[in-house]
Amino acid sequence: MYGALWRVLPGPWWVRAIILLIAVAAILAVCVFWIFPWIQPYVSPPPPETVSN
Amino acid sequence: MAMTNGGGGADPKRPRRRSSGGKRRPVSVVGVLGELLITAGVFVLLFLGWQVWLNDIIEGAAQDKQAQQLSQTWKAGAAPAPPKAVGPGTPVVGVAPGNAQKFGILYVPRFGQTWERPIAQGVGVADVLDKIGVGHYPGSAMPGAVGNFAIAAHRHAYGGGFENLHMLHVGDHVYIGTKDGWYEYTFRDIEYVKPNQVNVLQPVPMEPGVAPVDRILTMTTCNPFFSTAERMIAFATFDTWYPYAEGAPPEIATTVDQVG
Repeated sequence: MYGALWRVLPGPWWVRAIILLIAVAAILAVCVFWIFPWIQPYVSPPPPETVSN
Repeated sequence: MAMTNGGGGADPKRPRRRSSGGKRRPVSVVGVLGELLITAGVFVLLFLGWQVWLNDIIEGAAQDKQAQQLSQTWKAGAAPAPPKAVGPGTPVVGVAPGNAQKFGILYVPRFGQTWERPIAQGVGVADVLDKIGVGHYPGSAMPGAVGNFAIAAHRHAYGGGFENLHMLHVGDHVYIGTKDGWYEYTFRDIEYVKPNQVNVLQPVPMEPGVAPVDRILTMTTCNPFFSTAERMIAFATFDTWYPYAEGAPPEIATTVDQVG
């Protein structure tokens, strides 16, 4: 999968590396700003912290 | 990451320089599945890192920011002339606002010279603890009042206001700032209780039916880290207060000046 991706990308190795770095940064940004906050309540709901009956 | 591997020696046609993978294109199901699983694993690790570290920092900074804005509002709205010396010992007691309304700022020098968190009415997780930071138990006393001023905050992640509650030393000061002034409490002790032990919130903690004489501050949070099995309860007792017009207490004056 990743091997195929590397072969599909154009240009010399450093161009591919730059493209991949940008892609990874973009994916991380999407995760941090949208995906993680969205899934957080489902997988890790915040604890109550309070005492209550 | 997965650019090596692949064809290896099976490339009889002609030697290509960039032979990683070479002509060997048969994508094996197991190979793709493996890469997907690794990707999923990395995703989970990234989420955990975000949850306990990065987002904690982001939300903590956002809560600090809210405290600063609140402080600025008070500064802007403060009466210019000092009131007739109310004097320590007779603290002005505010009125509890509506749910999720901010009314105070918590300063704990032990947590750092720039540390502060806004305090809002209510202990709802979604509307107060997550978004604002520190929540005030409805029905408990207000700062400076005789009785028990009880507050809660997250222990870990979500800006974790009480992350270091266990670091308090006996005798440490805890300050509550409001538009009326600063209330100074001294940390006394910590109790570890079950989550349903609500009597720590009583006017005299754990003494039902006793009429309060002292002014007490009770801070509750989860214990241990990353668990909700117990609650850590930190008690502090009231010392004195500093009317707003007379300026912040020396111990937190620089924090109030520089951070807000």
